[in-house]
Amino acid sequence: MGMGNGKPPIVEIAHLSKSYRRGSQTIPVLEDITFDIADGEFLALMGPSGSGKSTLLNLIAGIDKADQGTIRVGGVDITSLSDKELAAWRSANVGFIFQFYNLMPVLTAFENVELPLLLTGLSRNERREHVDLALQLVGLSDRVDHYPAQLSGGQQQRVAIARAVVSDPAILVADEPTGDLDRVSAGEILQLMDRLVHEFDKTIIMVTHDPRAAEKARIIRHLEKGILTDSDGQPASPVAGS
Amino acid sequence: MFLLKLIIRNAFRHKLRSALTVVGVAIAILAFGLLRTLVGLWYHGVEASSATRLVTRNAISLVFSLPLSHKDRIRQVPGVQAVSYGNWFGGIYIDEKHFFANYAVEPKSYLDLYPEFVLSPEQKGAFFLDRKGCIVGKRLADTYGWKIGDLITLRGTIFPGQWEFVLRGIYRGAEKSTEERALMFHWDYLNETLKKTMPRRADQVGFYMIGVTKPELAAEVSQAVDGIFRNSLAETLTETEKAFQLGFVAMTEAIMIAIKIVSYVVIVIIMVVAANTMAMTARERIAEYATMKTLGFGWVHIAGVVFGESLVIALSGGLLGVALTFPASHWIETELAQFFPAFPVSMTTIYLDLAAAAMVGTVAGIFPTWRGATIGIADGLRRIG
Repeated sequence: MGMGNGKPPIVEIAHLSKSYRRGSQTIPVLEDITFDIADGEFLALMGPSGSGKSTLLNLIAGIDKADQGTIRVGGVDITSLSDKELAAWRSANVGFIFQFYNLMPVLTAFENVELPLLLTGLSRNERREHVDLALQLVGLSDRVDHYPAQLSGGQQQRVAIARAVVSDPAILVADEPTGDLDRVSAGEILQLMDRLVHEFDKTIIMVTHDPRAAEKARIIRHLEKGILTDSDGQPASPVAGS
Repeated sequence: MFLLKLIIRNAFRHKLRSALTVVGVAIAILAFGLLRTLVGLWYHGVEASSATRLVTRNAISLVFSLPLSHKDRIRQVPGVQAVSYGNWFGGIYIDEKHFFANYAVEPKSYLDLYPEFVLSPEQKGAFFLDRKGCIVGKRLADTYGWKIGDLITLRGTIFPGQWEFVLRGIYRGAEKSTEERALMFHWDYLNETLKKTMPRRADQVGFYMIGVTKPELAAEVSQAVDGIFRNSLAETLTETEKAFQLGFVAMTEAIMIAIKIVSYVVIVIIMVVAANTMAMTARERIAEYATMKTLGFGWVHIAGVVFGESLVIALSGGLLGVALTFPASHWIETELAQFFPAFPVSMTTIYLDLAAAAMVGTVAGIFPTWRGATIGIADGLRRIG
């Protein structure tokens, strides 16, 4: 299939369905989703609350399990992986950016960024180099010993981004990354994410309500009641960016 | 190492909550340790008993006496090395609050049977020579500031009257468990006085102490002694000193069982309190555990963090409790000396304290650990904000 940026797909989703059970009721969240995301793409997933965008993001990131369909990421069918394999896969391939940063309050900025590297075989010195580099990238080299509570919201999100990129994953998933930030901080975060795509060839999949945030993405996809649509509400083409 | 850092920082993240939990565990462990020590003290006399000493008393009850004439017949039993005798005097010093044990004994044979009462030869000689002389343990002498030559007056209860003694010796215990809060005086002094005031009660003893040559002969000698006096007007009951002491303990066994139960209940209560705190803590941190899982950490890591935190808090409380046990026992020894002349905390009690603290941490951590380790990532991340 042809890709928006001309690169081969890094994420291939086919006939993906997901539903939740609430008591005796089954509530469908995603229905027969099929689409690809090109390598190095910056994609925004938009839609009203309850449309299934966070669920889709979780499935792509391997932190939730689909009922039906397949998700291939970098050629690996993650829907066939066990929980343990999925955990190892996530730590090597996916970086996470959350709306509320999800930093460990008892760890310093440095230690928070170091966290994913503890699962690698890197030495202490190697970890230090990686963390320094990541914090330098987000412009927080002078805040290494600060605890999250001593940082502003924007700074905390930058630490979270440093943590997301420190193990050099191919994909970054961001769930409302600017949802808890003021306008200026949100702009800085989006600029940083844009840089990650253009300078470091990262693929970013971002869920957002914010049209200004979505504008930064090269491709915008909408979800309505679990179905992928174009901006005019019609069922979308399975190729992101087409 | 990193996880240990995370565990310790998490444990003391909510300073007030952690401090209150640690103090709660510490108080529970302190109470547990002191109650266990109290129970141990109850059996203190039993532990200090010798396997080569037997006690012969009236078969009906300890309150009935035995004739002095039994002494020579007991001495003839094969296996008997020495015989001494005495009476529980039950005298009161100043008033009932100043309680300590006091006996009338035959001095020489009694001290021969009790080598653990260590007395200098000079003091021993002075005691033997003075019929109104007495000896006291070091702790008792320290309590009242008594010095050699002091006059000590006891008010008799079993043997009415004011009884005056001259302090001739202060003994030390050879073992830590040796009773150092007792007073002993000449049985002859008691007997001669009784001959004048209550002749009917003269030449009667409360108990015989028998020294046997070998511990293995204890049962044989006991049977032989009791056999001699069977069907006499004063039948005897002879048993080992340990069994004799256990007989006293058995009278208060129900109280001891109650104290033991209370000591366990204290631990169970703090276990429930700590479990509640840990459950609350884990609930608050579900999103953090989910984040760690998102980053690739497995359930083992999460379980380690939650369980470790529970153990750190409980063991901190346990160590604090153990540390407080020593000044508390010292305070009891000094301020409540009339009830607890010695309140030694044994190493066994310390190990029990630490085991109890570890158990509190383990039990309190089970549910939060299971919850943290098994929470789904997507569910956990929804708990934020």
